[in-house]
Amino acid sequence: MSLEETAYSVFLGLLFLYCVLAAGKAVDPVFAFHATIGAIASAAGVFLIIRSFIDRDGHVEPAEINGKPNYNLGPVKFASIAAMFWGLAGFSVGIWIALELAYPALNLGLPWTTFGRLRPLHTSAVIFAFGGNVLLATSFYVVQRTSRARMPGLVTPWFVILGYNVFIVIAGTGYLLGVTQSKEYAEPEWYADLWLTIVWVAYLLVFLATLWRRKEPHIYVANWFYLAFIVTIAMLHIVNNAAVPVSIFGSKSYVVWSGVQDAMVQWWYGHNAVGFFLTAGFLAIMYYFVPKRANRPVYSYRLSIIHFWALIFLYIWAGPHHLHYTALPEWASTLGMVFSVMLWMPSWGGMINGLMTLSGAWDKLRTDPVLRLLVVSVAFYGMSTFEGPLMSVKAVNSLSHYTDWTIGHVHSGALGWVGYVSFGALYCLVPWVYGKRDVYSLKLVDWHFWISTLGIVLYITSMWVSGIMQGLMWRAYTEFGFLQYSFVETVEAMHPYYVIRALGGILFLTGAVIMAVNLYLTIRHGEAEKPAADVALAPAE
Amino acid sequence: MDFSYEQVAAFAQQSGLLYFFLIFSAICVYALWPKNKAKFDHAAQIPLEED
Repeated sequence: MSLEETAYSVFLGLLFLYCVLAAGKAVDPVFAFHATIGAIASAAGVFLIIRSFIDRDGHVEPAEINGKPNYNLGPVKFASIAAMFWGLAGFSVGIWIALELAYPALNLGLPWTTFGRLRPLHTSAVIFAFGGNVLLATSFYVVQRTSRARMPGLVTPWFVILGYNVFIVIAGTGYLLGVTQSKEYAEPEWYADLWLTIVWVAYLLVFLATLWRRKEPHIYVANWFYLAFIVTIAMLHIVNNAAVPVSIFGSKSYVVWSGVQDAMVQWWYGHNAVGFFLTAGFLAIMYYFVPKRANRPVYSYRLSIIHFWALIFLYIWAGPHHLHYTALPEWASTLGMVFSVMLWMPSWGGMINGLMTLSGAWDKLRTDPVLRLLVVSVAFYGMSTFEGPLMSVKAVNSLSHYTDWTIGHVHSGALGWVGYVSFGALYCLVPWVYGKRDVYSLKLVDWHFWISTLGIVLYITSMWVSGIMQGLMWRAYTEFGFLQYSFVETVEAMHPYYVIRALGGILFLTGAVIMAVNLYLTIRHGEAEKPAADVALAPAE
Repeated sequence: MDFSYEQVAAFAQQSGLLYFFLIFSAICVYALWPKNKAKFDHAAQIPLEED
């Protein structure tokens, strides 16, 4: 057994023992349940390591075959399928809670199905489970291809992918059972956070080690974005989740930050989760998959360098715009607003670079729906990064904050940008890693594109109307200086828009179901890629 | 020692302006330096080269 296999077996074995002990001594039932999941997962990990050790029978996959890199695609395949699965789950929960807002009886009167518990399940499922697996799959693929090197490790790449998905299961079941530290987008409790930290360090090491082995002298720009995403998320995760558990055998913990500092740390984390998870990570996807699918190099490599550094230096300051007109000092609030407005430039630098990559090849948009998904995603990126800075301006924020406008803004970014760039990437990636010529049916991709686009349009337009109406109703006074509307009147007025929004979500999910079927058919029945011709072409005499 | 709002704001504005101006200039010089053009042109082709 290699040192790596031994180390992971010992680590997971000890973790198994701790989990069994914790399950027995647990002070609350959810912790006992999670410790049981932990025990099963670590035992399964040891079993898988030993089984693969026996199966490989002393054989180690070579880094190269006939001078060509022998890429490790197993973990990429797993994460692609996991992304599709979590995507369907997350979109479905989103529709459910959208319908709960329109028809409150749908919370069924049960604690597990209330909006407050299902909402973090939805956000985490789409951002971290769907988006996270897309990022894991594409980053492991892109870093190997652009480095022309196999990623190292017998166990580590699998540990990253499977460990991350175990984190998702622990986080998601915890929300349903009422365990949360009440930090938006950072709801999982201390033990899940610690586990994610270990997985994330392993992820960083695999990524860096692959770059270290690279045959290309230059690190391609997509890898910089992936690296910025991995490093920054590690930093944000550790600082925001610094907490002291009440008992090491219980789920409850207290965050070390308090008061307005806690709010600031939370939104420093929260906005940079948008900036580095949902932006930098997915820009990395854009910088690899758009050129690859359009078969043209990126429009301006120089622009990519300037926009990368500008983006990461500016984003980290923008968090305070979530806390306008609160206990936060006004200078911090203004600082966040100014940096958000400045972000316009690098954001649009990226959008222009992505869109202009197609210059001279725009006709491909008509014939290739996968490229169309990728390009429309970049257009949505431009739209939502125009809207975001606008909403961070204090005067606009005083109208938009706490209203549905925010929800509409988030979803134009999440459905249009993150969703579409992920769909485009998966439609490329799945045929590539399974050795197929292309997706099973481009016609189905076309259907997916148009149905989802209609869904997004319904979603964001209804939330614009609903949000601005809600904001205006809140600030309406009568001639005598009284508030013109009670809160419940604003809720009643929003009902039709909530129904339209749910319909938009249903269309988006319909598109995703078509996609899942198409990817299944690609894997099972897709036309195999023709093997590259062995005969070297003779030069013309 | 207490800082007034004006002091903190003035410090943040002035040092921030200098800091960001300098690093942005350095990035632009690196990206636009004529000698680096060949390197970047090659880098842009990395995803399109088959192996």
